[in-house]
Amino acid sequence: MPQYAVIIHSPAPADPMDLTPDYLALLEGYGQKVAELGGTIVTGFGLQPSTTATSIRGDVVTDGPFTEAKEVVAGFFILEAPDLDVALAVAKANPACIDGGVEVRPLFTPPAE
Amino acid sequence: MNDVEEAVADAHRREWAFVLAATARVTGDLDLAEECVQDAYIAALDAWARDGVPRKPGAWLTQTAKRKALDLLRRDKVFRAKMPLLVEPDADMNVTTDETDEIPDDRLRLIFTCCHPALAREAQVALTLRLVCGVATPDISRAFLVSEPTMAARLTRAKKKIAAARIPYRVPAAADLPERLDAVLSVIHLLYTTGHTAPSGADLVRADLVERAVALARMLLALMPDEPEVRGLLALLLLTDARRAARTDARGRLVVLEDQDRSLWDRAAVAEGRDLAVAAFRTGRVGRYAVQAAIASLHAVAPSTEATDWRQVVGLYDVLLRIWPSPVVALNRAVAVAMVDGPEKALEEVDLLATDDRLAGYHYLPAVRADLLRRLSRFGQAADAYRAAVALADNDAEREFLEIRLAEVVDSAEGRSSGG
Repeated sequence: MPQYAVIIHSPAPADPMDLTPDYLALLEGYGQKVAELGGTIVTGFGLQPSTTATSIRGDVVTDGPFTEAKEVVAGFFILEAPDLDVALAVAKANPACIDGGVEVRPLFTPPAE
Repeated sequence: MNDVEEAVADAHRREWAFVLAATARVTGDLDLAEECVQDAYIAALDAWARDGVPRKPGAWLTQTAKRKALDLLRRDKVFRAKMPLLVEPDADMNVTTDETDEIPDDRLRLIFTCCHPALAREAQVALTLRLVCGVATPDISRAFLVSEPTMAARLTRAKKKIAAARIPYRVPAAADLPERLDAVLSVIHLLYTTGHTAPSGADLVRADLVERAVALARMLLALMPDEPEVRGLLALLLLTDARRAARTDARGRLVVLEDQDRSLWDRAAVAEGRDLAVAAFRTGRVGRYAVQAAIASLHAVAPSTEATDWRQVVGLYDVLLRIWPSPVVALNRAVAVAMVDGPEKALEEVDLLATDDRLAGYHYLPAVRADLLRRLSRFGQAADAYRAAVALADNDAEREFLEIRLAEVVDSAEGRSSGG
C-alpha cells in the first residue's frame, strides 16, 4: 500500500510544550479518526521548537530553521493509505490545519530493477 | 481529406475520450495510454483504408490501443513494475483482449482524474484538453499563449503527480461528488471563457476552445443526466455562445450587449439553452450555473435592452449572490440595478464594491463605473474611470472598445466646457 509523509506546519516556533489543552484533546482522538478514514500511521515524530534548529548551507552554519517563515515544520508522520483521496482526508482531519497546515508527499520507492 | 481520413478524424473527435479512458485501465498509466491511443489512430489510417471503416470505430480503436499496451507491458518490465492507476474494484475489472463490443465507459473516471483537486487548475485544464479532448500539445500551448515546452512540461508534471501520489482513477463517492463535480464544471467553464474573451489576433484557435467546452459539457451531461448543474452549465455556454456572431463587428471590435444586432443571435442555441435552464430549475436544486443560465436566457429572449425584464434579472442576481457570494456577481447585479433604479443608485453600489480588495485590478469595475458616470453626464469623472479600465484591460478588443468610449466622453466633457 502506498505510503505518504504527512508534514505538519505550525506557527513558529511550534513548541510542543505550548500546545493548548484543546489541541491536545483533538490530537488524542486523531489516531481513531485516521483508522476510520482508512489510513494507518506507521510512525510519527514531533519536533522541538524551531528555535532549537540549526541550518547548514554549503559550509555556513546558521542558527534557526532553513527559511524564516510564519510557519515551521512541527513534526511529521508516515501514513499508509490506499490512495491520495484517503491520504488527503486524513491530512484534512489533522488539528494542525486549524492554525497551520499540512503537506502530503508520497514516499519515494526506487523503481524495480 | 479522403473518406478514410475523414472517418479517422471523426472518430478522433467523437471517440478519443472513450478510447483513452478504456486503455488507461489496461496500462495503469495515463502517459502510456496516451501513446497507445495515438498509435491506434495512426494504425487506423492504414487498416481502415485496407479493410474498410469498422462498424464500431471506437471499439476497434480501443482494442487496437489495448493490444499495443499489452504488447508493450509484456516487452518492457519497467512498465510492468509501474504502480497501477487505482481503479475501484468492480465487475468489469477483468480486462480481457477479447474482440468484444462490451467496453465499459470510463470517461467519467478520466474526467474526474484530470480535474482532481490535488492538481493545479492550469494543470487540470491542460490535462482535460489533452486527455479528454485529445487536443495536441502545440494547440493547447497556443490557446493558452504559453510556449510548447512549457505546456509539455506542465502536462508531464501533472501525469507524474497522478502516478506518484496515486490519484485514484475513479468517480468520487457521493459525499465528495458536489465539490469534485464543481471542479470539473469550473474547468469546462474556464475553457469556455478563455476562448470567449480571446484577443482577436488568436481567434481561430480560441473559437476551437469554445467548441471544445460546449462538447465537453454535452459529454458530461450525457454521462451525468441527473446533475442539474451540468445541465445549467451547458445551458449557460449555449446561451452565451448564441451571441457570438454579434459580439464583434466586421473589424473585430467588441460590441456590447445593448448595441448588438439581436437578429444575429443563434436562435437554435438560445432555444436549446433555455430548455436546459428550465429543466435545471425544475429539479429545485439550482446552483450558480443554472442561475447564470436563467439570467442569460432573459437577455436572449428580450427584443432589446429596454425591453429586457431587468427586475427579474436583479431578482436572479439576488439568488445568485446567496449561493455564490462573489463581488463580481455583485458588480453584475449593479449593472442590472442601473436599468431598474437608474445609474445613480447603481453607482452607490459600485462605489461600495470598489472598497472590496478582491476586485482590485479587475478592469470591469472601473469600466462599469465609467459607463454609469457617462450616463449621468459626469464626463470628466467618466474619463478618469475609463482610463483606469484601459490600464487594466488585457484583451485587445475590450481595450479598443474602452478607448473609443474614453474618446467620446472626453469630447463630451470638452464640448460642454467650451460650449456652456
